[in-house]
Formats: sequence, C-alpha cells, structure tokens
Amino acid sequence: MDEEYDVVVLGTGLKECILSGLLSVDGLKVLHMDRNDYYGGESTSLNLIQLWKKFRGSDKPPAHLGSSRDYNVDMIPKFIMANGALVRVLIHTDVTKYLYFKAVDGSFVYNKGKVHKVPATDMEALKSPLMGIFEKRRARKFFIYVQDYNENEPKTHEGMDLTRVTTRELIAKYGLDDNTVDFIGHALALHRDDRYLNEPALETVKKMKLYAESLARFQGGSPYIYPLYGLGELPQAFARLSAVYGGTYMLNKPECKVEFDDEGKVCGVTSEGETAKCKKVVCDPSYLPNKVRKVGKVARAICIMSHPIPNTNDSHSVQVILPQKQLGRRSDMYLFCCSYSHNVAPKGKFIAFVSTEAETDQPEIELKPGLDLLGPVDEIFFDVYDRYEPVNEPSLDNCFISTSYDATTHFESTVIDVLNMYSMITGKVLDLNVDLSAASAAEE
Amino acid sequence: MATIGHNNLNAKLVLLGDMGAGKSSLVLRFVKGQFLEFQESTIGAAFFSQTLAVNDATVKFEIWDTAGQERYHSLAPMYYRGAAAAIIVYDITSANAQPCGSLVTSNPNMVMALAGNKADLEEKRKVTAEEARAYAEENGLFFMETSAKTAANVNDVFHEIAKRLPRAQPNQNPSGMVLVDRPAEGARAASCCS
Repeated sequence: MDEEYDVVVLGTGLKECILSGLLSVDGLKVLHMDRNDYYGGESTSLNLIQLWKKFRGSDKPPAHLGSSRDYNVDMIPKFIMANGALVRVLIHTDVTKYLYFKAVDGSFVYNKGKVHKVPATDMEALKSPLMGIFEKRRARKFFIYVQDYNENEPKTHEGMDLTRVTTRELIAKYGLDDNTVDFIGHALALHRDDRYLNEPALETVKKMKLYAESLARFQGGSPYIYPLYGLGELPQAFARLSAVYGGTYMLNKPECKVEFDDEGKVCGVTSEGETAKCKKVVCDPSYLPNKVRKVGKVARAICIMSHPIPNTNDSHSVQVILPQKQLGRRSDMYLFCCSYSHNVAPKGKFIAFVSTEAETDQPEIELKPGLDLLGPVDEIFFDVYDRYEPVNEPSLDNCFISTSYDATTHFESTVIDVLNMYSMITGKVLDLNVDLSAASAAEE
Repeated sequence: MATIGHNNLNAKLVLLGDMGAGKSSLVLRFVKGQFLEFQESTIGAAFFSQTLAVNDATVKFEIWDTAGQERYHSLAPMYYRGAAAAIIVYDITSANAQPCGSLVTSNPNMVMALAGNKADLEEKRKVTAEEARAYAEENGLFFMETSAKTAANVNDVFHEIAKRLPRAQPNQNPSGMVLVDRPAEGARAASCCS
C-alpha cells in the first residue's frame, strides 16, 4: 500500500462503497480499507454467531435457532423504494447484475391502536377502514389531485403554487381530518415528524407520488423491494464494482490513521506502519471522530421470531409505521420484518426490528408500543447508537465524511448524502437520468 | 445457483486462486479464444458468460472473476453466493502455490475443479502433477493441468464442469428478480416472486 492514490476510502458501509464504486468508474485510483474483517461497516448484515458476539459477548447462539449462516441480520434495516434513488444508482452503475431482489409483501400503518394496510391510491382509499365514508370521498379527491399533479404542467396545479402553499393549506383545501393527514404524511409521504405541515407542499406531493409509483412498479403489496440475503449484499456489490474498475481492497486493517500536512490538508492514511499517500479521504464518521458531532441517537430492538407480525395478512416481509402522534412522541416508530422468504433467516424464522429516533435512554420502555405489536419473540436484543454528521470544511482539509444512517425506513436520504458527497469530491453532478419507466424487472 | 429451464442450465462459476495464477487468462481463453502475454490485472470486465452444449442440454456459465479482491484476502462472501461451480487456479511454476483458496461453501453440490495453470512452462515447474492430484482427491476436486497460452485443457475444464453439474438440483433459493434497464416489453414486463 506504499503507493499514491487519488482517494483513500475508509469503512465499507453502503455510502462509502457506492462512492468508491463511482470514483473508480470515473478512473480515479482508489484504495478502500476497513478496520473490520467483513464488508459493510455499520450497514452490514450479521450471521447468528456475529450477532451473539456483538450483543451477548458469546459466540454460542442456541442450537434451536438453526444454522448461523442462514441468518443475515441487518444492522441498519431499511427497504428500497422500487422507484427511488437507490434503484436509479443501482441501474446507472449496472450493479444490479450482482443482486437479486424481491418485492416486500406489505406496508401498514398504526392508527388508533390497530394496524391497517396503507391505502396509496384513490381506489384503495375507497376501501380502507381507516376513514369514514365521507372522509373517503375527500381523500379520494386529494389522491387524484396528487396523481395528476405534474410539476411541468400548470393546468394540473389547480391554481396553487406548491412551492409556496404549505402542506397544511393544501390539505385544508380538501377538508381532510387530522387522522387522515397523519397517515398521508407519515405512511405515504414518509415524513418522520410533523414539520412538513408548515413547509411547501411540493415536497410532500412528490413523496406521495414516489410512493404510488413505487407501489405500481412491481405490483407487490408495498412500494418496497429488498435484496435476497439482506442489505449487507449492497455494499459488497458496490465494492465489487469498485474492484472491477481497479479499486484496491484491504479488510482487517487496524488503526487507519488519517495523516495531515502542515496546512491541515489530508496527505495519507497509515495502517500497520505503512502509509498510503492520497489527495482525498472519504470515510464514515468513526474514522475521523474529531471532525464530526453527535446529532442524535437511534433506539432499536432486534427480534428473532417464529411467526409473522400479527395483523399484517401473514406478510413475510413488511413495514409498519407508527406515526408519532399516535404514540404521543416527537418522531415516528418503525417496525420492519423480513424472513426466510428473503433468505435472511432459516425456514420458519422471522427477523423483526423496532426502531426510532431515541428520545430517552431506555429503549426497552421507549420501544414498547412497537414491541407489543410483535407478539411472542424467540430472542430480543436492545441497542442504542449515536448518529453523527461532519463539521469539517471539505474544501480546506479534503476529508469527505458521510453522515450516520438515520432511522428512516428506506434509502432516499442515504442516496442524497452520497450524491452530495460525490459532487463535493468530484465537482460533478451524477447524472442519474436512467429511464426508470423502461427499467423493469426480469425473472431470474 | 444452477437453475433449469427447457434443458438449459444457468450456472454461476467462480474463479479462485492467488493473484497471477492466470485466472483471467483462463477465462479469456475460454470465452474469447484470446491470450495476452502481459495480461493487465483485470479492469472493467469481471463478468463473462459463455454457453456450452453438453449431451442433451446447454449450460450457460456466468463466470465471475475476483477483480483483484483476492489480493489482500478481501473477497466478499457475495462472490461465492449461489455458485454452482468453482475453478481453483494455481500456477505450476510457483513454489508456494496455495491451491486451497477458500473451500468454504454452503453448497454441497458445488462442482469444484483444480486447475494447474501455465502448464506450457514445463521447464519452470515447481509443483508436480502427482502432488496436485493427491490434493484434489483429498478435497473432492477434479484435477487438470491447463495452459491459457496454448489453450491446452482449457475448454476441457469447463466441459467437465458442465457435465458434472447436477441436472435436477433442487432450487435451494427462492428465485428473486434482477433489476434491468431495458425497454419495457409490452405493458408491464415486471414480474417477480415466481
């Protein structure tokens, strides 16, 4: 490694691996290192032995759970919007050829103590027990407005400038009650808190359209897809892209100390007494703890179960959103469940997660409303992790640090961070203008 | 994974072995009939496919090259995932050839070959065929010496693998879908979870 590189990437989390791949494809000379002996960093998927080591301090999971390597337990559970930014990146980079996906069975929302399917279209709205009959008609009108809305065609705007009109004002025009607003904002537009109500409505309308388009794409019961064998496959696939384009990979590299010159600019990375010279460093927050600050923390529970989440139509993969207002919280809570149907557990086993932006230091108590929906569990692990964001000025030190993964249930914010970092690193904007309407899924 | 349809078999084949053993050269010879004396470390193409006809069926190999990730022992588990066959390549002129690679596999039906490459360099030989054959037998591999340069035995290795692939392998994995970028066929070509 005593060579000179354009970029040294530290950490093999999804964000770092996407960037490594994009930069290698651009022809830059990339060295990619990780202190762990596995790919994925914070966004890896663990087998049972690794899971027990991390949370139980033992490497002896009970035998009745089955073979360790049949498990791929995501450390950052998220689903992929079928029409979203990550799919565009996957297609743009042709990384799709390394991965197999399956649609996620269901998308549900918690409302007044019960779990309901999320109605996403005008037709579904008419059938949903979430609303009374008059409310349904009002909601249907609003859904049709959103479906027909086209930013470039003023006649679909019905006289409203959505860059100025707030979401609250737009919704008021349709006379929707708070209950309806709650599931539209949180379960369809996937906002995490209620700030969107006072922000311009365009963002919410776009998010609702993304949900509906994603739902239509694969005709599953949800707008999401998820890779077979778990999310840990994603960083590996992008790492392979990087390697195919000349990137050098070194796992299990202790220390990875970033070196700076007299002006405070990055000049290399040292590990095991060897220094790789470089012009730029890309890394996750853990490699440059002095250049990040804590912005929050995520509380989560990881459960191994022998049944699907109750009241979700026996969905083998599902998301349930518990809007903050329903729980008297400031941020939403999420249930995420995957199973052997996505090859993340042996036959008959389900992996469920309950997660939220932590508001207390007691995840056991804080997560209880979500845990109560799961029914009996075989095993449960609690965890709280801090989230960080960079505070450095990359133009001064040439360090490009990713933001920790947030509690959202999908990858839209992840990809936005990656694309911004790519632009800062290269001065270019990544053209993700793939023809998504033409992109389709082929049977294997 | 090896999947079947109308006497057609799709099989993922992975290459293992030390850097410089000639993995890419072997594939290039097989797929394109080419040999480059000074083959650069593989850039830009680490995914080949080639179809072979054997007896009653055709086998489409999807061949994965290591893309150099073996160099610092950083091959991702994804690389082996679902592989129906592996060729472990070593250089017969290298005294410390480590033909083992990683034999860890979750697929007991995986067909594995041991290829002693650079067999044209007889005068520089450091590993005897007997040693390699004994190793292969102990580990359940079939063994051939190959030369990507002269093409000796190259097609034979792939043919032998194709013949040995289990025809009626139960589909271990529920099949997923591959996202592709292509013109929509008809109304909606999207289908999944079959």
